[in-house]
Amino acid sequence: MAIQTARPTVASRPGLDLLRKALRHGLVLAGGGVVLFLGFVAAFGQALAPYDPLAMDFTARFAPPSLAHPFGTDDFGRDLLSRVMYGARVSVQVAFIAVGISASAGVTLGVTAGYLGGWVDEVIMRVMDVIFAFPAVLLAITVMAILGRGVENAMIAIAIVYAPIFARVTRGAVISVRDREFVTAARALGQTHTRIMWAHVLPNALGPIIVQTSLSLAFAILAEAALSFFGLGTQPPDPSWGRMLAEGRGFLGQAPWMGIFPGLAIMVSVLGFNLLGDGLRDVLDPRWRGRR
Amino acid sequence: MSLAYLLRRLGTLLLVLFGVSLVTFAIIPLLPGSPARVTLGVQATPEAVATLERQMGLDRPLPVQYVSWIGGIITRGDFGTSLISRQPIRGEVTRRLPATITLALVALAIGLAIAIPAGYVSALKPGSARDLGVSVMSQLGVSVPDFWMGILLILLFSETLGWLPSSGYRPLSDGFVPWGRHVLLPAATVGIISGSIMARFVRSALLEVLGQDYVRTAHAKGVPRRTVLRKHVMRNAAISIVTIVGLQMATLLSAVVVVEIIFAWPGLGQLALTATLQRDYPALQAAVLLAAVTFTVVNLLTDLSYTFLDPRISYA
Repeated sequence: MAIQTARPTVASRPGLDLLRKALRHGLVLAGGGVVLFLGFVAAFGQALAPYDPLAMDFTARFAPPSLAHPFGTDDFGRDLLSRVMYGARVSVQVAFIAVGISASAGVTLGVTAGYLGGWVDEVIMRVMDVIFAFPAVLLAITVMAILGRGVENAMIAIAIVYAPIFARVTRGAVISVRDREFVTAARALGQTHTRIMWAHVLPNALGPIIVQTSLSLAFAILAEAALSFFGLGTQPPDPSWGRMLAEGRGFLGQAPWMGIFPGLAIMVSVLGFNLLGDGLRDVLDPRWRGRR
Repeated sequence: MSLAYLLRRLGTLLLVLFGVSLVTFAIIPLLPGSPARVTLGVQATPEAVATLERQMGLDRPLPVQYVSWIGGIITRGDFGTSLISRQPIRGEVTRRLPATITLALVALAIGLAIAIPAGYVSALKPGSARDLGVSVMSQLGVSVPDFWMGILLILLFSETLGWLPSSGYRPLSDGFVPWGRHVLLPAATVGIISGSIMARFVRSALLEVLGQDYVRTAHAKGVPRRTVLRKHVMRNAAISIVTIVGLQMATLLSAVVVVEIIFAWPGLGQLALTATLQRDYPALQAAVLLAAVTFTVVNLLTDLSYTFLDPRISYA
């Protein structure tokens, strides 16, 4: 039997170590770079866009990509590059708010289920199972049918669809730490369940939640684009990538660029969040290293 | 597989299906307006709306409405009447469910035809250029919006090359070629994406088996490499691959819903969106319920199939 001896260790700062490790990880750098660029375009796109994204120019309808219009123009002569830049703001805004709501609800439910266990866990997780039983897009469409069209409702729909994923991920992480010594010690000190859950258990279960947040942001961008593509999310004339693809679908033979650039923007953004999520998983959870 | 495990899983399935039916039923009570108002239009008088609500049974207590609704579906397959066409929804869903299932199965076949060879060649030489290629393909697969993939395929194969129709549906009874020409693009849209995603998991599954002692022993005994791969590696990786397929069904069914809409494929997804846009709520309920039930049952079957594939797994 191995005997463990207590050895004095040099005080380390795990947070700083992880940050250093993350900043040296290729996927984190690549994904983080794309995400930072997306954030920059979302924040300053309106100021940097060469044209007003809503300005129509009927003399320049269906203009192919050129120096004046690098992504071409649409059926109203609107500059597609400006619209794609403006659309970044919509996508990022919807994704962050939706995932924020989703994570808040899902993490609360997951921590409660994982920490308390028993019938509370059973009830919460069975309800999550029911939400999981619906194909994601169909559930989002159903929620939109109830709430009505519009970008705010799209955020709520996306939040409802992805909350169970956060609940499951958080529950799993909480279960793995809830019986550790520091939790037992906190209980022995007479701390309340609420305090133990939020001050001791959750901070030690954050790794998978951070990873899930990045991956969910990618899903949320896709989901917003899909809802707008169906005419349920962002409403015209506001530019949204999904909406622009739906508009471009009718003119594929005439102006294929209308169906290409907004899709490319979605793909690159989603790829950025996915790479970041995968990289963070490598850094935060060593079990994943080398799995891909 | 023990009988107790099977019964427990069936019990959970029934519980989830009950929850699914409650959520689906809740669509109409949660609506801001009344379905009777949708049927009669905004000009209708409150009296006329109240009369129609009575006829539709919407004035009854919710539990009574629920029992009547779910009872009709279970005993007679009666999903109610469409608010738009005024026809029974049953006929509509009976026509559409096979179309959705067909599309999902063809897409799954295309997905596996991509994922298994790609995962295989990638796992045989980890770290090689082809492994990197599969990894990049997989990352792109997760990131490409399915509706954009559909648009790109339409742009290439319909608009530019003119080889395949960009939308529509032909039943198999019209002949294999017309059916195949119509199913190919929508199924490829879903299949390419899910195949790219699955390839990464197939690779992991194969790598895990390739590292096992019995594979090393087989090599050491001088068993030909091809035989080792076929008899030991592929066979033992099968269970993980089935798990992957099961997990991928969620993404696949979601993608099918989207793709049906792009390609005007008359399935449940298209019915759900049309119903939402036209505010035909009973039709939406039917589409959502059937899709969720199909999805839940597929998940259960995937779980149960493990024990058949690997008799060592037993659930107490």
